[in-house]
Amino acid sequence: MIDFELTPEEKKQIEKAHELAEELFRPISRYYDEHEHETPQEFIDKMWEIRGEGIASMGMDAAAALRTEELCWGDAGLYLCIPSPGLGGAAVFAAGTKEQVTRFLAGFGEKPTWGAMAMTEPGCGSDTAAITTTAVRDGDEWVLNGEKIFVTMGKRALEDSNGLVVVWATVDKSAGRAGIKSFVVPAGTPGMRVEKMEKKLGIRASDTVTIVFDNCRIPFENILGNPEVKKTETKGFRGAMATFDATRPIIAAQALGVGRAALDYVKETLENEGIKIRYGVPRQKLTALERDITEMEANYKAAKLLTLRALWMMSQLQPNSLESSMAKAKAGLAVTKITQKAVEIMGPLGYSRKYLLEKWMRDAKINDIFEGTGQINMLVTARRILNYSRDQLK
Amino acid sequence: MISFSPTEEQQMIVAMVKQFASDEMRKIYRECDESGDIPDSVIDTAWKMGLVSSSIPEDYGGPDGEHSAITGSLIGEELAWGDLSMAMHILCPSLFAYPVLEMGTDIQRKKYLPLVCDEKYKATTAALIEPRFGFDPNSLSTIARLDGNEYVLNGEKCYVPLAAEADLLLVYAEENSSRQGFIIEKGTKGLEVGEREKNMGIKALATYELSLKNCRVPKENRLGGEKGCDFNRIMNCSRVALSAMAVGVAKAAFEYSRDYAKERVAFGEPVASRQAIAFMLAEMAIEIDATRLMVWEAAWKLDRKEEATKEASLVKAYADDMVLMVTDRGVQILGGHGYVREHPVELWLRNGRGFVTFDGMAIV
Repeated sequence: MIDFELTPEEKKQIEKAHELAEELFRPISRYYDEHEHETPQEFIDKMWEIRGEGIASMGMDAAAALRTEELCWGDAGLYLCIPSPGLGGAAVFAAGTKEQVTRFLAGFGEKPTWGAMAMTEPGCGSDTAAITTTAVRDGDEWVLNGEKIFVTMGKRALEDSNGLVVVWATVDKSAGRAGIKSFVVPAGTPGMRVEKMEKKLGIRASDTVTIVFDNCRIPFENILGNPEVKKTETKGFRGAMATFDATRPIIAAQALGVGRAALDYVKETLENEGIKIRYGVPRQKLTALERDITEMEANYKAAKLLTLRALWMMSQLQPNSLESSMAKAKAGLAVTKITQKAVEIMGPLGYSRKYLLEKWMRDAKINDIFEGTGQINMLVTARRILNYSRDQLK
Repeated sequence: MISFSPTEEQQMIVAMVKQFASDEMRKIYRECDESGDIPDSVIDTAWKMGLVSSSIPEDYGGPDGEHSAITGSLIGEELAWGDLSMAMHILCPSLFAYPVLEMGTDIQRKKYLPLVCDEKYKATTAALIEPRFGFDPNSLSTIARLDGNEYVLNGEKCYVPLAAEADLLLVYAEENSSRQGFIIEKGTKGLEVGEREKNMGIKALATYELSLKNCRVPKENRLGGEKGCDFNRIMNCSRVALSAMAVGVAKAAFEYSRDYAKERVAFGEPVASRQAIAFMLAEMAIEIDATRLMVWEAAWKLDRKEEATKEASLVKAYADDMVLMVTDRGVQILGGHGYVREHPVELWLRNGRGFVTFDGMAIV
């Protein structure tokens, strides 16, 4: 039965997430935007303390998207700082064996720990098949060499905690995509070092780093999925790509939080000014402002429902690659536009750093970029609806 | 519990309607658009599926199914995918029946609902839109005034589907600054059905102008009697129905242009293998899905009898834009071929453009 009602338990968790966002995230939001590489220690400790309540746990269902949205309504950069297996964890879940899930994620219970995923390289971003980082087998070990950039939460995972990073590397360059595998590298592994910390447009509370692998040795068992390379099949690559089916709608949910923060702020201001947004009025009779607001609201809703559907499908164990990409493409672009329009509408209040709106506009933009740019998600969507391979639609 | 899965029963209804749409409607829609006429046989076949009557309780002669806006939206989308004119014609009796079912007095239900449960299709309709600039359903120029035991109605209406053949009309009018419905029987003095209208699209659907000149109806013909009707809810049910139909029309244009783009070769490759075309199609697919989900959410609220003005009007505005974007691109992707009437996309563009105008011409 088509239903949009949350269970009482889900509602409670979402409300709690909203309270946290208001009480814990918002008050320090501006500070950590302006003090880019400072660690929000109290925030981290608090989030760690309440981890058992499940408010910030990742989860792969529609309710998880709604919790994520609330927290990112508070602050999207701080959200990424919450100690969690994060994208690395998602990759282990998506491509790892049961034994690997237990082995790698057990350590996340002792003290604040983070997981990260390293995919992008200086020479390739969305084109993950062009990865040049190598993994060479040497007896019972893999030896990794290469450079990864734009690793979200890489520093906290590898330097501030005993976390891990999931690294994508090729075991056989001549095999192309079939040779791409993912590997778990625990913090403290010799031969791995965190370098440059990026200075970013937004989500400044979160760290984004470069990681260099220099004859970095990891146990053979740290490869996720099947170590065999069969040139005729790309199952391993597709397994790794399956991570995106889970993470893209979560990024979409993060986007929604930022978009709604902007939308709520604009609507609240209008209300205080005595300006009412009318619904059910013919469009030609709406003011330009009402048109803008209702368009923003409709786009937000469209993105939200696509996101909920993608995660609901995941919870039903239905293939959701198409729907995940649709949600991510729509949400990333929608909130980018919503926040930019909000700045326009609010005029001097929108552009000033006295208020958070300008920050939300900067924060929003990343959602149209990481975990696959809007264009890559359009490409995935297009290939799926056309039933085209990557060779048929480049 | 959040779910995006229609019930098994709804899935069966959708499958049945889809079959009908592709077997019957899609075979003749061009002919109907050119001739302005829909064969009775198609309407009768559709009627036998009981798409309208299935919502009517046993007490009033129906099969006692549940009236659901979600089910109505699913049906609306599939029928509109087949053809919008035929969809509106087939569902036209619901314009009268559903408001009576939901808001009519017991006497009104007993008197009128059995008529839509007849085995043969019988047209009943509703009149809302008025032929003037700046038409706003929230302030009608058609006026109803109580005079003794009768209401006196005056005003002009347009886009009234099947007005010439309908036995019963539900006419919406302003009464003491509220919007109310009035049941008018065919042949009532002062009710004049004008010439059949000529429109850009939905050409196979017969629509008419109406004029009401001191048209008197008994007091008890006011929809809902003393209590009146919840006009806002009727509008919301209409917004959701039209949005669902817009999704259907858009889906038709999307599928056709997608298939065309895969076949049409330019520079040695199917045009679909170029991002310029592929990305257009991807965006069409995303927006169609998003609109459908918004339709479901608004319909879900209606089924729970919750206030849904915000959801219904947001989705309607979104669907109006979406269907125009999608059907226009349908034409664009076919290029010159899209502009000629050998292909259906120009028809969908003409029909799609109308949604912003079609207030009250469909209902769930």
